[in-house]
Amino acid sequence: MATHALRRVFVWELPVRIYHWLNALAILALVATGLIIGNPPAIQTGGEAYDNFWFGWVRYIHFIAAYLFFFNFIFRIYWGFVGNKYADWKNFIPTSKAFFKEMWEVIRIDIFLARNKEHMAVGHNPLAGFIYFMTFIAFMVQVFTGFGLYAAMSQSFIAGLFAWVPAFFGGDFGLRQWHHIAMWFFILFAMVHVYLVFYHDYVEGRGEISSMGGGWKFIEEEAFEHDEKLHQEKAAKKRVKS
Amino acid sequence: MIQAPPTKTRPTYYEELQARGHSRRDFMKVCTSLAAYMGLEASGVAQIAKAMETKPRLPVIWLHFQECTCCSESFIRSSHPIVSDIILDQVSLDYTETLMAASGHAAEAAMHKTMEDYYGEYILCVEGSVPTGADGAYCCIGGKSAEQILQETAAGAKAIIAWGSCACNGCVQAAKPNPTHATPIHKLVSGKPIIKVPGCPPIGEVMAGVIVHVVTFGTLPELDGAGRPKAFYSKRVHDSCYRRPYYDAGMFVESFDDENAKKGYCLYKVGCKGPSTYNSCGIIKWNNGVSYPIQSGHGCIGCSEANFWDAGPFYRRMQSFPGFGIESNADEIGLMAAAATGVGIAAHAIGTNLRKSKLIDAHINEGKESEQEL
Ligand code: SF4
Ligand code: SF4
Repeated sequence: MATHALRRVFVWELPVRIYHWLNALAILALVATGLIIGNPPAIQTGGEAYDNFWFGWVRYIHFIAAYLFFFNFIFRIYWGFVGNKYADWKNFIPTSKAFFKEMWEVIRIDIFLARNKEHMAVGHNPLAGFIYFMTFIAFMVQVFTGFGLYAAMSQSFIAGLFAWVPAFFGGDFGLRQWHHIAMWFFILFAMVHVYLVFYHDYVEGRGEISSMGGGWKFIEEEAFEHDEKLHQEKAAKKRVKS
Repeated sequence: MIQAPPTKTRPTYYEELQARGHSRRDFMKVCTSLAAYMGLEASGVAQIAKAMETKPRLPVIWLHFQECTCCSESFIRSSHPIVSDIILDQVSLDYTETLMAASGHAAEAAMHKTMEDYYGEYILCVEGSVPTGADGAYCCIGGKSAEQILQETAAGAKAIIAWGSCACNGCVQAAKPNPTHATPIHKLVSGKPIIKVPGCPPIGEVMAGVIVHVVTFGTLPELDGAGRPKAFYSKRVHDSCYRRPYYDAGMFVESFDDENAKKGYCLYKVGCKGPSTYNSCGIIKWNNGVSYPIQSGHGCIGCSEANFWDAGPFYRRMQSFPGFGIESNADEIGLMAAAATGVGIAAHAIGTNLRKSKLIDAHINEGKESEQEL
């Protein structure tokens, strides 16, 4: 049995990794506190109101996490323009036919589990990239509805920017409902996301899980040779044409 | 009795009050409390008094469409009946179905006279929504549909005040499935300033404050993004609720007959919509400041918010989720979706081990080989 020589590829730069974990932390805090705010448990039933503030703290954590989430998100958009090629915005928004073709490949191999095939994607595969694009839209829905709800009780400039949102959604009722529903998208996404990370690591053995720690993935030497060949062929074609 | 004024020179509000036997002292009291409600500075009192003394009263046409008249009821029961006196007075109000003495052709004639004499000057107050279904047959007055009347009167109005949730958002008659196509005023009239004063009904003092602002300053009060006067609708009921400390402390009424309800804890978990409702109930209160729903132990039902009938249930905080049964809410649907996702993941994991076994075995063997070599 032939073994593969693996080459180290620096995929996720430090800012991307920090973004990822801050985002995970913020979402975890937001979902946990959000569920409590939506349906608070009956834990405080005695004493005097002035002795307690637990619900206030839960909401406070929610708001702090929301600011973290918001600025982290803005930073990631910025990094989509200045980061390395795996962080580039083009990974998320389809700009070519090839993107869709490869997306179908991923669906065939990883979702419909084509027999003993694996898909080579060093960074985000196109399907994952496109789904991240959807999550960015969900991020936006959450930021707009959340800060829209928050605007009425906040003096802050940032929340004030969203003061028009409630009227747009026809009042706080609808806003609150959408904010709540969108939260479930995050929960479902997290489940699938964590599972798929394990899946890729397990099936492909390229260090998918640890890549978000050190930033490295380990790619077979053949892949580089294959790429090299493609490049040469392309170059040759160009030469023939000219 | 309705008397269309003969000329354009109308008496001032103060003159009318004097004629009706109110004292200067009463007059100043009204001006003071209105200034307070409107959130004006102390100097605002003088401004209001001066305007009422010097400005001839504005002609007002007050229409009633698809509604229960609770707005008028609220208005005439405000803690300062002087205001409703001068606005709804037989002399002041040029036309209103429920309170005018004239009827039939005489009343219609009076309205048309006002519309002609004061074209572009009168204030149009509308109570109730307009049913546009069945060509307007659901609400006809004097042989005309509500929509026709609205369009005719709106054409010459200086500004329109939409009284109550019916006129602002359709209220109960616009709740699903809205059989009469009840439509709020702002969806039918364009090009005219519209002040929305929602509530079912709006608080009488709020109505007085709004109309006094318009008639004394001759301008519209400052409105928020939804078209409501900021002075009365910029805070949520929740922001001024005296039970708020219980909310922050996480002390909630669990059911209406529990110990917590007796102790006056927060009504959030039994469906209080105060956190989503913009109104002045916690500050101005109802029935001359006696109480308001939350003070009486019942949660706010959000009567001044658009769509509040369909955003129920009233006694649960979480809204129901359309299409999945009356009792289902976003969390129940979410949990179902999460369970389905979990099943999907398990199936995929099993499928992976079956269909990619060769690939996985190859990787494992390769790894073992390396392990041996090291
Ligand atoms: S009773 Fe209603 S308005 Fe008052 S604090 Fe509780 S949730 Fe807010
Ligand atoms: S407390 Fe709520 S439901 Fe009651 S009158 Fe005020 S806004 Fe309407």
